[in-house]
Formats: sequence, C-alpha cells, structure tokens
Amino acid sequence: MLNILWPIFIILSFIYALISGKVNEVNNGIFESLTDAVELSITFLGTMCLWTGIMEIAKQTNLINKMTHLLKPLINFLFPDLKRNESAKQEISMNMIANILGLGNAATPLGIKAMKTMQKENAKKDTLTNSMMMFIVINTASIQLIPTNVIAIRTSLNSQNATGIILPVWIATIIAAIVGIAFTKFLIKKVK
Amino acid sequence: MANVINYISNAAIPVIITVIILYGLKEKKKVFDIFLDGGKEGLEIVIKMFPTLIGIFLAVGALRSSGIIDLIVSVITPITNLLEIPSQIMPLALLRPISGSASMAVAVDIMQNYGVDTLTGLITSTIMGSTETTFYTIAIYTSAVGIKKTRGILIAALAADVAGMVASTVICRILS
Repeated sequence: MLNILWPIFIILSFIYALISGKVNEVNNGIFESLTDAVELSITFLGTMCLWTGIMEIAKQTNLINKMTHLLKPLINFLFPDLKRNESAKQEISMNMIANILGLGNAATPLGIKAMKTMQKENAKKDTLTNSMMMFIVINTASIQLIPTNVIAIRTSLNSQNATGIILPVWIATIIAAIVGIAFTKFLIKKVK
Repeated sequence: MANVINYISNAAIPVIITVIILYGLKEKKKVFDIFLDGGKEGLEIVIKMFPTLIGIFLAVGALRSSGIIDLIVSVITPITNLLEIPSQIMPLALLRPISGSASMAVAVDIMQNYGVDTLTGLITSTIMGSTETTFYTIAIYTSAVGIKKTRGILIAALAADVAGMVASTVICRILS
C-alpha cells in the first residue's frame, strides 16, 4: 500500500509547491522532518526499552497463566463454537493476554497458532469460521493495558501529562471492542 | 472528575511495574537480568522503526510544507464537523487502519504542530492508543491459514475503528 501512497505524497507535494510557489518551504520542510525523526527516535528509545524490559519479566513468570484463568468466562461468551477445542481456547487467551500486556511480538505468533488450530476443525477451508471472525476482530481492537508507544511519544514531545491518556484510551478501546464484537455477532448470523 | 481520571492514569504505570517485579521476585527470578534481556528488544524495535520514520516524516513533511494538507483539510472539514472530529486529525484517521508506523509518524507530526497537551493532541494520542492497524492484522491472520472468504470481517473491524475514533473525540472533549 505504502509503495503506492508514498511516491504519490511526495510527487503531489512537489507539484503543488511548484504551482503555489512554495518550493523554498518544501526544501526546508524536508530537512526539518529528518531532524525531527532522529530526535524522536532517541527519546523514544528510553520508554520502549523500559517496557520491553518490564514485560519480559512478566513473560517469564506464571502471571500469564494466572490471567488466562481469569479470561475463561469471556472466552466462552465470545467463542461458543469452541466448546471442546481446549487448545484453541488456550492459544486464544494467551494471544489476548499478550495483547493486553502490549507484547506485540509475542501476540502475533500466538494468534497465528490459534488460527491454525481453528483451521483444523474448519469444514470450509477457504472461509473464516465464526470463531475465527471473532478472534480477528478482537485482534484489530487494540486491547492494551498501557499504551506504551503513545506514552513514549508524548514524553518525547515534552507533554506536561504524558500518561493522562491512559483512562481515555481504556474507555475508547472498550467502546471500539463492543462495537466490533456486536457487529461480528451480527455478521456471523447473516453472512454464511 | 478530571482529577480522579488523572490519578488512575498516573498510578497505572507504577502499579503495573511494581506488581510485575514483585511477581518475578516471588518466583525467585533474576529480575534485573531478565529486564536487561527484554530491554534489548526495545532497542531493536526502535532501530527497525527508524527508516520508516524517516520515510514517512519526509512524505508528511512535504505534504504539510507544500500546503497540500491545508487544502485536503479544508475539503473534508464539512464531514469531520458532522462527526465532531477536529479536521487536523483526518490524515491520521485515514492512515491508521493501513499502516502502524506511518500513522505513528503522522500522529507525532500532528502533536508537534498543534501541541501535545491540546485537545487535538489528546484526541490524537487516544486514537493511536485505542485503535489497531486493521488491514495488516486481517491480512496476517487470514493469509497464515490460506483463507480467502472473510465474510465481511473488514467492515466489522473498520466499524470498531470508527467507533474508537469517535469515542476518543467525545471522551477528550469531556475531559478538557
């Protein structure tokens, strides 16, 4: 996608600048952007290393198993078709926990594993099952305890209150997830 | 109200860090060594992100300094007014489902230009925190098992994204 958008953005900007006589501004804009990207990356480093470090501790303890247990009622509500497929349910909850803890690198491989387990029991191999639909929608709703990336960026931009967005993010995420889940339940009934 | 929300937001990080470290200690793990190991991963993430950041900042910087963003914003303002989303956020809303690193760069650009603690900055942060790279996620999971028929799942996921964006706007407006 970006292989198409990126050149369009740049070419369009330059042509527009030529027409509107803003070539000088664009020239300066290019080099300012590069300095900004470097500065951002340096400040970004601190928060990112903090979180990947802390979450590595969480990963190596029993915490994830404990949390998996807490998720059981929710999993049963979201995936009624997976009643007997214990391994799929286990992988789905691991994926959800990894998402909640912000372990993106761990969440995706776990999620792919869950998809493969569900695919084994799929009668129509080229079509998503009900459970798969629900699983993907939940993964597109970013359910995360601490929005670390955003906080890192806010800190690097000298925010007076970098973590003040945590609660608003929780509320917005839950609303988005509810809409996604409701819509998916509807699609499961209507689209076969 | 705003104070309570602030307090919960601010307490969340120290509480979570403490709980995780206590848990590691309880299980007699070498928490500092593990922390160092994990920290290296953060370094790799930023290094991997760096070229993308440069590329996107270049494109977004060009769009903005040429004045083309102002043109686009003025065209879509009637629509965004209807949803009560500040029109400066529209480039972010459009890119968010497509590319994670690109939307991150656009978010930074918006916050740099309109202020990180302004209403626009808060909404931008909340949208980034509460939405996902929808297209990418769907593509990864369906292609992993070779599925072609997705039964309209993209619409459900995009509906969730729009709900998240509108909710972010409303919540931040109430708070500020």
